[in-house]
Amino acid sequence: MEISSITKREIAEYLEKGKRFDGRDNFDLRDLSIELGYSNNAEGSARVKLGNTEIVAGVKLSVGTPYTDSPNSGVLITTTELSPMASEKFEPGPPAIFSVELARIIDRGIRESGFIDFEKLSIKEGELVWMVNLDIYPLNDAGNLIDAAAIAAVAALSQAVLPKLEDDKVLFGELTSKKLPLSEKMPLTLTFHKIGKHMILDPVTEEEEASDARLTIAISSDKKEDFINAMQKGGDKPFTVDEANYIIEHAFKNYKKLKDLVAKELKKK
Amino acid sequence: MAYTKRFDGRKFDEMRPIEAKVGVIPRADGSAYFSFGNTKAIAAVYGPRPLHPVFLQNPEKGIIRVYYDMLSFSVPERKKPGPARRSMEISYVTKKALEPVLQLEAFPNTVTDVFINVIQANASTRVAGINAASMALAHAGIPMTDLVGGVSIGYVGGSIATDLTKEEEDYEEDGEKMVSDIPMAFLLRSGKLSLLQLDGKIDEENMKKAIDAAKKACAKIYEIQKKALKELK
Repeated sequence: MEISSITKREIAEYLEKGKRFDGRDNFDLRDLSIELGYSNNAEGSARVKLGNTEIVAGVKLSVGTPYTDSPNSGVLITTTELSPMASEKFEPGPPAIFSVELARIIDRGIRESGFIDFEKLSIKEGELVWMVNLDIYPLNDAGNLIDAAAIAAVAALSQAVLPKLEDDKVLFGELTSKKLPLSEKMPLTLTFHKIGKHMILDPVTEEEEASDARLTIAISSDKKEDFINAMQKGGDKPFTVDEANYIIEHAFKNYKKLKDLVAKELKKK
Repeated sequence: MAYTKRFDGRKFDEMRPIEAKVGVIPRADGSAYFSFGNTKAIAAVYGPRPLHPVFLQNPEKGIIRVYYDMLSFSVPERKKPGPARRSMEISYVTKKALEPVLQLEAFPNTVTDVFINVIQANASTRVAGINAASMALAHAGIPMTDLVGGVSIGYVGGSIATDLTKEEEDYEEDGEKMVSDIPMAFLLRSGKLSLLQLDGKIDEENMKKAIDAAKKACAKIYEIQKKALKELK
């Protein structure tokens, strides 16, 4: 259900006083929990809860032929399915544009960061490589699906193990002890929403609906330095250059906090 | 050779460990989780809500729609996302299994949507889905005359086995498949059958035994469903 204009105004007025409905500061995230190995037929899987937003992601590995322009590299295919289970706004049928956008933002963030070592996924140069299918399913949409999906993607990939191969065919259900080759770069996204003059992170549904515009920044880190790997502006209204610079600055500031939080959850298991 | 000892050591009339939980999807009007061992299903209900396009509306009662699907990574070999013929058929028989208990006369021109996702599959997914959906409908407050519960019975190498696993589904003797897979669902108070499918080869006597075994197992499922619904705060 669309929120009323009164609620939108209330949310903006609250922010004016420096408050959010749930008492968080503008850049505070909701509680995060990660459950690894949620679906045991996947080579890697995770369930992520960010507040009431819940997402499952799974990795299936198969073999295939590489692209001709990168004969020595494995292939990553990211999809999201916005199951109507997660929100009354999602409908059954072909993927909606937000579903495609979501998958592409996550895909770019991972691909450009170098998180996956694609060259190590080559089996026979120019002939056979590992294909990484990363599938993301929101189960409950309580706001900020993009950032939660990026966390779920990293969690599922970090757990993934290569299956056994025999005569260049995958023996499904039989795993090796070799993990999917990853680096420590951990690509995560931070999606900032502009409501009136204010910027917030990790909106709940009502805040998301009151949002004038959003800017997603995918960042990764190579120990020495953090880099932006993907960006996406969404929403109806434009940003000023100052606003964009403000978001970029705060994306870098908040990335480390988010990364530590995710790393801590991943270590628990 | 006959199938005299089950692969996972269970008794022939024993189901895998069951977990049932209501209210797993906060945004939905009703939701539930149900698992038989490694087979896990989630159901979410939205509605009754207005039905569009208008020509589909029934002025005498609300309608239900059921969408069963499996997550791409719920099975050993990745399933292409989106419903195929198998999912469409299961959605249809699931709808027929649930419909007899629903009293939707009070909600003319509306639709109640039931979404079932299999998170992890090791056989018996449609009945796990029905068990979750039945609880989710109750959780959504839809007037119901009964709960619906389902279980899959196998006729495996000459024995009747309750709650079939994938390994049992693929049982062979001398290279020949020796399994009938019989998913069934009952209206749990009245004891009537609302889902009955079979895939295999079975004689009259054993078929009757299979129905009897399913009924006994579903009586246990009924207690588990009621307990999960009562535990809801």
